Amino acid sequence: MLGIQDKWVLLAYVLCIVSTLLCVLYGYFNWNKGDTEVKPEDKDDKM
Amino acid sequence: MNILANTTMDVWTMISVVAYMLLIVYLGYLGYKRTKTATDYLIAGRQAHPLIMALSYGATFISTSAIVGFGGVAGLFGMSLLWLTMLNIFMGIFVAFVFIGGPTRRMGHRLDAHTFPELLGRRFDSKFIQIFAGLTIFIFMPLYAAAVLIGGTKFFATQLGVDYNIALFIFSVITVTYVFMGGLKGVMYTDAVQGAIMFIGMGILLVWTYKIVGGIVPSHQYLTDMAPLVPGKLAAIGHQGWTAMPKFGWGDTKYNLWWIVVSTIVMGVGIGVLAQPQLALRFMTVKSKKELNRAVPTGGIFILMMTGVAFIVGAVSNVYFNQHGAPLTGRIVKTINAEKGFAVLQIMKKDDTGGWVDAVDAKGAGKMAPVTLIKSEPVGAKTVDGKEVSIVQGRSISVVYAGGDPEQIIPTYITTAMPKWFGIVFLLTLLSAAMSTLSSQFHALGTGIGRDVFVQITGKEEYTLGVTRIGIIIGFVIAMLWSYYSQQSSIIIARATAIFFGLCASAFMPTFFGGLFFKRMTKAGAISSMIVGFGITTFWLLFVKAQEAGAVGLVQRLTGGKDSLLADKPNWPVVDQIIIALPISIIVAIVVSMFTKPPSKEHLDKCFG
Repeated sequence: MLGIQDKWVLLAYVLCIVSTLLCVLYGYFNWNKGDTEVKPEDKDDKM
Repeated sequence: MNILANTTMDVWTMISVVAYMLLIVYLGYLGYKRTKTATDYLIAGRQAHPLIMALSYGATFISTSAIVGFGGVAGLFGMSLLWLTMLNIFMGIFVAFVFIGGPTRRMGHRLDAHTFPELLGRRFDSKFIQIFAGLTIFIFMPLYAAAVLIGGTKFFATQLGVDYNIALFIFSVITVTYVFMGGLKGVMYTDAVQGAIMFIGMGILLVWTYKIVGGIVPSHQYLTDMAPLVPGKLAAIGHQGWTAMPKFGWGDTKYNLWWIVVSTIVMGVGIGVLAQPQLALRFMTVKSKKELNRAVPTGGIFILMMTGVAFIVGAVSNVYFNQHGAPLTGRIVKTINAEKGFAVLQIMKKDDTGGWVDAVDAKGAGKMAPVTLIKSEPVGAKTVDGKEVSIVQGRSISVVYAGGDPEQIIPTYITTAMPKWFGIVFLLTLLSAAMSTLSSQFHALGTGIGRDVFVQITGKEEYTLGVTRIGIIIGFVIAMLWSYYSQQSSIIIARATAIFFGLCASAFMPTFFGGLFFKRMTKAGAISSMIVGFGITTFWLLFVKAQEAGAVGLVQRLTGGKDSLLADKPNWPVVDQIIIALPISIIVAIVVSMFTKPPSKEHLDKCFG
């Protein structure tokens, strides 16, 4: 498949693309999610 | 190999390079103008834009050694290196940003940590950890920086036709200036633009390459069919073709290549990335998890376009050279496959008398090359001593056209296969790759000796910035000296990337991950793990791993000339230190933590909220 001789190399080739798609989809579905800034109560520095 | 050779574009090259340098200097100045506090200088004010952060992370991660060095290795060993690309994307981006980045950012904010060693030190309430980590970075990172500096300088010098030492001076002084003045803001602004240039350069390279070798599937199929052309020396250590994994097993030298590819290249670099101080620091430069989430797509696509393209082009370059390379002339010494026209040629050339003589290499041995014969009748000819000989022509594989040096495969390919204007684009791509990695190394060196060592020992926190800047200059001078005296690429410099990644993994990773996810981990567990990881890595490099141990020479004095304490045991001398040191370091961290007093609830509240 894809002209590649060894199934392990083919798997690496496919997983590179799948991993990249995973990154893109994760960013897309979590674009506005995630905690906000650490609040002052959760928490030194002019040049 | 001059990738701009025989072009009339020297003026355009100079204009492009000068324009690029002016843009970089301007961005460094912008970073300087926007740096108002130590937090700005050390961690970009914790306000970095997700796109800038992702490009900065990627551009810092990818240096010339990833594109030219490892790309050349893919030209030699084949597509099995794509496992490293997979790990780079999945572990280096997805796992790092989604699972490691959030806790690192939160804990970094809570503990007000400004550097990676400071994060570890404050998590375990230990000055020793911060100083030990800072010193480790300061002592070993100049090696890694020198490797990047040499790679960048060599291209800069050969492409522009200037002296190596002048190129070294110009290239490094511009880089250290914007780091010194602009701090991490200057570094990240320039990284982002350099990352964009790299993305464009590698994108063109991928599309153009697949176009000239006939498309994705036909080129892969051709590469698969070339398997019988694997040189005998590589076949003997397990090379089975450019679209196959090396032969897997243990206890025989015919499995050596599998252990080189998987343990050193794939695991050493692919896992080691998770504990790189200059990369982990990037997670502390954004203000919330939302920014990290938004950085993930850019990071994933960027890394695919860097190592993915370099490794595919490196491997597929064999197809290009076998189809379009300059014909090699000689006599057949071995027929590999008569039907397909595969043979081993003794390369021959005509001498002054018109007779044919065998070409020889630097050691005086006959120059051999695996070739696909060009369909034509052999020509009868005479050798210089009057013997009849059948002269044939054939085209070979990438490493033959690169003069036997894998590092020359990508530059040779760019010169012969790509259009002339791409030489300039690729030069800027490599300059960007080198400078973006180097700038973060200088920054980490400065903060390592300044914030993590000097301030911790003296307690004079108000001197952080001044000492950090002095540290940047000291680190710069050490890297310059390494580069000046090692310009012929000693084996240690050439292996510095994998050595540094492996060292960080074994010495820092258990402490870093334990600190983020394992509340029961103790100060004693962290310190023991770091020392054991560091110690085993150093021992393995000095006494067992043949390539590095042989280069240092200490083991040869102990064993009477052998390159490894385990030289008589097959496979052991090529196993990477990370395979041994990291598991032991993890076990030590867990066992020591289990048998020592757990951290107080108050301290854990500080760290985890």
